[in-house]
Amino acid sequence: MSCDQCREREAVIHLTQIVNEQVTTLHLCERCAAEKGVDSPGAVAKTPLGSFLAAMGKELPEQSPTPRSSDTCATCGASLQDFRESGRLGCPDCYRSFEVPLRDLLRRLHGSTHHLGERYAERGDGTANGRERAAELREQLRVAVESENFELAAELRDRLRVME
Amino acid sequence: MIDLSLLTDGGVGWLDASGPASHLVLSTRIRLARNLIGHIFQVRNSETEREEILDSVERAARDTVLLRRATKFRLDRMDRIDRQLLHERHLVSKELAGLDPEGRARSGASVLVQDRLGVMLNEEDHLRLQGLHSGFALEQTYAEVDRLDAELGQRLAFAFHAEFGYLTSCPTNVGTGLRASVLIHLPGLVLTKEISKVLQGLAQVGLTFRGLYGEGSEVVGNFFQLSNQTTLGSSEHELLDHLGKMVRQVMDYEEQARQVLLRDAPAIIEDKVWRAYGLLRYARSLSFEEAMNLLSGVRLGVGVNLIPDVGMYTLNKLLIYTQPAHLAVAEGVTPDESDLPVRRARFVRKVLESEVGRRG
Repeated sequence: MSCDQCREREAVIHLTQIVNEQVTTLHLCERCAAEKGVDSPGAVAKTPLGSFLAAMGKELPEQSPTPRSSDTCATCGASLQDFRESGRLGCPDCYRSFEVPLRDLLRRLHGSTHHLGERYAERGDGTANGRERAAELREQLRVAVESENFELAAELRDRLRVME
Repeated sequence: MIDLSLLTDGGVGWLDASGPASHLVLSTRIRLARNLIGHIFQVRNSETEREEILDSVERAARDTVLLRRATKFRLDRMDRIDRQLLHERHLVSKELAGLDPEGRARSGASVLVQDRLGVMLNEEDHLRLQGLHSGFALEQTYAEVDRLDAELGQRLAFAFHAEFGYLTSCPTNVGTGLRASVLIHLPGLVLTKEISKVLQGLAQVGLTFRGLYGEGSEVVGNFFQLSNQTTLGSSEHELLDHLGKMVRQVMDYEEQARQVLLRDAPAIIEDKVWRAYGLLRYARSLSFEEAMNLLSGVRLGVGVNLIPDVGMYTLNKLLIYTQPAHLAVAEGVTPDESDLPVRRARFVRKVLESEVGRRG
């Protein structure tokens, strides 16, 4: 069957629409379907994120009237389209570049956008923490030696040595 | 050929059936996904960048207590059979090992392993910290991985976002980056046909299941990997508590199913497990899948005290050592050797004979 639009290429997408209670079926080739904004279902459904990703791109214009996310990430050059295709982001900065659509996606995937787990302390602010941690380890070491848990004691001593 | 004796326990310490609830749970695995600031994710980065990542993580790891003596395996420089061997031991993912047909490990793909801990490098994320423990041991495994995370985090700059948490290549892992998996044997639920209900129930409470070898692998021998689906919006301990509670419930269901089977169909069950044992003891050719299913039957028999002479450790070892790459290496042949099923049957017979002889 040839495409209803260009009448040249093979129709691969069969779109059934109901308009005013009239059922019409449109047979389209991949290129014409893409031009009309119809996604080929196979292309996105292959990845587990497929349906989320497909929905994400489409809803983007209506859902974010305020600053639209930039088209590509300035750091790695990845576009939202790249993400939709691979399901993988290009770099850590993509989370800032595509913050609006991603926040929506995260809410759907996880039911939340807020990390409630352990917080990563940047390197460098560790001096005070390091000192406290060393004191804590020394205390643990004292207890380990007293209770004759020598295996633990040896390990704690090693860890202190690394810190100092 | 790689020398796995370099690893303290040959990398199979988690199989020793010493952990809690070992009659049902083979192992507990926890991984944390981490990425480095200033580096592009694997999907877009270059060979040079992957080498840099490998270098800086290895340097940091050598400075820690927990990975100072780690053995390093560069998967990109190993033969396929060796990569498969590491995968069969659950030390690396299928993706990192590059085991798809025609597959090659990508440049820089490596793993550092010391005792129960390891780090996969240049996987989907720059680092995948992992801990593997015998039996059902979520808190213990997490405590170890968490210490490794702290040690590495002091020496490396991890990508972290105030709202989203640890940033990962795939948004399904963002936040804690934590995936905890419990590898559990559920023949009772499969035989009573309750399993699909249980799995559906798990899906409703945000858990997921996979086969023996994780993502994309099929369920063989009634082994299921149960794990958390979401990684964001709950703390690490909340995620572990939830999974732990649900696994305990599944364990109860499994025990109940076994009791029902023993009560309502004792003759059928007894026949089933001894038939499995008989085939393993005397068969002259075993396919991988058949061996898995028979081992599952014997495991059930040992679990309900019908078969007295076989230890869980032996069954766990057979589970791993009858896999294609392990068997091929032990036998000095290639994994596509046509007489592998014959060699597998001979191997199983020998192990079971010596087990019975030893026990007496």
